[in-house]
Amino acid sequence: MELTRTTLRALRKALDSKEISAPELASEYLGRIGEQDGKLLSYITVTKDKAMRDAENAQKIIDSGKATALTGIPLAVKDNICIDGVRTTCASKMLENFIPPYNATVIEKLNAEGYVLLGRTSMDEFAMGGSNQTSAFAKTKNPYDLTRVPGGSSGGSAAAVSASLAPAALGSDTGGSIRQPSSFCGVTGIKPTYGRVSRYGLVAFASSLDQIGPICNDARDCAILLNAICGHDRHDATSARVDTPDFTEKLGQPVKGMRIAMPKEFFSDDIDGEVRTAVENAAKELEKQGAVLVQCSMPGLKYAIPAYYLIACAEAASNLSRFDGIKYGFRGEGRTFEELIRDSRSRGFGEEVKRRILLGNYALSSGYYDAYYKKALALKQEIIKEYNDIFELADVILTPTAPTPAYKIGAQDNDPVKMYMADICTVTVNIAKLPGISTTCGYTADGGLPIGMSIIGKRFDEQTILQCADAYEQGFKPVAPTL
Amino acid sequence: MSAYYPTMGLEIHAELLTNSKVFCTCSAEFGGTPNSRCCPVCSGLPGTLPVLNQKAVEYIIKAGYVMNCDISRFTKWDRKNYFYPDLPKAYQISQMPRPVCLSGTVNINVNGEDKVIRINRIHLEEDAGKLVHDDVNRISLADYNRCGIPLIEIVTEPDFHSADEVIAFLEKIKLLLQYAGICDCKMEQGSIRCDVNISIAPKGSTELGTRTELKNLNSLKAISRAIEVEIERQEELLENGERVIQQTRRFNEALGETTAMRSKEDAHDYRYFPDPDIPPIIFTEEELDEIKRSIPELPEQRVARYVDEYGIKRADADIIVGDKRVCDFFDAAIAQYDNPKAVANYIIGELMRRINLGEADMDALKFGGAEFAQLVEFMQTDKISQANAKTILREMIENGGTPKEIADRDDLWIKEDNDLLAKVVDEIIANNPKPVEQYKNGDQKVFGFFMGQANKALKGAASPKAIQEYIRKKLSE
Repeated sequence: MELTRTTLRALRKALDSKEISAPELASEYLGRIGEQDGKLLSYITVTKDKAMRDAENAQKIIDSGKATALTGIPLAVKDNICIDGVRTTCASKMLENFIPPYNATVIEKLNAEGYVLLGRTSMDEFAMGGSNQTSAFAKTKNPYDLTRVPGGSSGGSAAAVSASLAPAALGSDTGGSIRQPSSFCGVTGIKPTYGRVSRYGLVAFASSLDQIGPICNDARDCAILLNAICGHDRHDATSARVDTPDFTEKLGQPVKGMRIAMPKEFFSDDIDGEVRTAVENAAKELEKQGAVLVQCSMPGLKYAIPAYYLIACAEAASNLSRFDGIKYGFRGEGRTFEELIRDSRSRGFGEEVKRRILLGNYALSSGYYDAYYKKALALKQEIIKEYNDIFELADVILTPTAPTPAYKIGAQDNDPVKMYMADICTVTVNIAKLPGISTTCGYTADGGLPIGMSIIGKRFDEQTILQCADAYEQGFKPVAPTL
Repeated sequence: MSAYYPTMGLEIHAELLTNSKVFCTCSAEFGGTPNSRCCPVCSGLPGTLPVLNQKAVEYIIKAGYVMNCDISRFTKWDRKNYFYPDLPKAYQISQMPRPVCLSGTVNINVNGEDKVIRINRIHLEEDAGKLVHDDVNRISLADYNRCGIPLIEIVTEPDFHSADEVIAFLEKIKLLLQYAGICDCKMEQGSIRCDVNISIAPKGSTELGTRTELKNLNSLKAISRAIEVEIERQEELLENGERVIQQTRRFNEALGETTAMRSKEDAHDYRYFPDPDIPPIIFTEEELDEIKRSIPELPEQRVARYVDEYGIKRADADIIVGDKRVCDFFDAAIAQYDNPKAVANYIIGELMRRINLGEADMDALKFGGAEFAQLVEFMQTDKISQANAKTILREMIENGGTPKEIADRDDLWIKEDNDLLAKVVDEIIANNPKPVEQYKNGDQKVFGFFMGQANKALKGAASPKAIQEYIRKKLSE
């Protein structure tokens, strides 16, 4: 069966019509991973045996006529979502040998559908980074250009879907970690509203910002996967008690009359010209379909990066404190508790993780709290207010997903501030707990690198951004990479 | 007389009597095989999240009400960050700026004098695990069973000026928490723990001295002793022209001394910040009212009921209410036999006497208030003699059973057997001509001698009234 950029709908049809069996489908993907992932390094662990077991069980469900949307569908899962009995490393030496004794809620939900786990995709260590180059195990490459980064932190998931080493994958997004790699790898990824998907079992980076979401070939597949993983969870007090609609419901409906805001700060000179033009052209295309473009402003954007990094690092410093080498994970050496944990953490964590822990602890220290963390919380309120104001005028907001297309591996290694600034287009969405989707809107003239645009919606209005992204995708011809 | 005046404030930790832990569904029971009562959540595995136990929130609100606190309408939780192997997440979920309860008062009575102690705050947090150090093999073992058991921390204002005041307050708090069903307050199991902040200043001075914090106080006796020892130590320092250093000190009960644990300079910077995993809570008036209404009768109300409604002496009421187990036992007894005074007298005079002698244990009593009440009733209605009642009570304490069963089995009933009574008393009178003579000459005191002899010989087979009447009749013949 042809698997290049094959959608979940097509696979469903093939499975239900017995064109292919679930075990056959799983082996085809496993075969592709075996052949091609050596170049790409999108997976940390390929769960071959489990995949075949999962597929055989799924086939029984299909044969009994009880298949649901994801029964027998092979998926890749980012390596920071806990799966019972399957090594979950967060791409860190610290958790190299960590095998969770429980399932994340999203995994329970996928199990209930009879999904097939292909493996665990690589990421920036503890989801900290935008390049996948801080991974301790698999520094993933961009499928369109192996000398370039795939983006991050869900770079493994995006690259695997892009290269058709999985038809869809789960990622997580704290400041753009689903959308930015989706943009760099030319696929579609959605960060749901904070609280839409349970975080239980997602190894926390920044708890008030983290959200699990799908990375797929298109918006329609994102809607299908989101349907499967969303919903209130009694294990996560921050998961929202809201009705969960059918996210495929508004797909295909015309965007006529939809008001699309384009805050001018997202189209400044800090954004690469080719990216800007591609997103503006996409806006014109949507306008042609009847959407109404709204010019507006978001002055608070200039504070977004410091606010985001203070909040995210403060929470991360606390969340990552539990990795002390005592109970699980990497254990260093030392005669006393203090020596032991110092050595465990010094050697178990990579440089970027340590940088953020230091930053976070500094921001929370007594005497600095008011100057940093408290101010960041005030900025957060300002950003929320500005979004609310814009949503008075518009139904969705359109921005570039990243200031540039995928950059060269190593290009930002020595400049963390520059690296942090590259998150400017995505972080405010997490701060304001909004849903955002990135889809491809063009390719660079030189090198054919994908360019992504983001559509941001009101809280819990994933339906409208999926509708808008889908409307654009229907007239867009994606180009798959050749490895 | 010392030239210094001590000032103390307390931090009390009390474990709540919830069935499950504060952020997961593990059992909150005391003890258990190490690490048998923990799950991915309370052992802090990556990816897990805390979900607040609503019962624990209800209990702390009750605690606030019984200590006359203001209950915050808006409350939230914070992370207190520090590394220690007994703290699996390396942060404790606690409350910093927005505790559930603020500014309360508790009335105490110290050596006959009433005093009001102010409560600064009460907040809800999670307990840590326990480390067991194996000095032989030079290893430390962690037991996470206690991890996540809900705790309230009660912080008082510095309103104490003697160890007696501290002890009176702790005894009062213990009663309040026990009666409200919030904490069992078993100091020996660590379900209630107390740290003492203590400083001294020259008498007449308006400023407080530098304080130290005393930890590792495992009994009321230890607290009292530690306070005395620490006051002496601080006095000695000041007398010698030295300074008291702000530090945390551990009380060594065996040596009767306090030793420095860490000074202010080594104090942790806990880097408190709002816990993003637990949404803040806003209480409605209706919710708070409902919780307030569900608070059971408190010690002071019980004393009032006993004195005003039952006519029990205040001192006796205080004794009964002073131990919730005794008090509940008393209430169960008078539900069976509506003679509170008689029941109270027999509890204080007989049951508690035996408990104090170590013959009985209130926690392991083999009978309930209802059985006890039956015994009192038999005695009051002349069905069983006082002497036999004591025998029956001893049997109940040792082997259980109801008074009726025991009396039937061991033939301990008053039988009103007039023939036997006549035979026994006639014999006594016949054998004791001298006392008979004395009585007839107007010496009433010897009547007691005949009563005693008759009681002894009859072994409860006749009621005291019947014996008395018959002796009187015979002696006046």
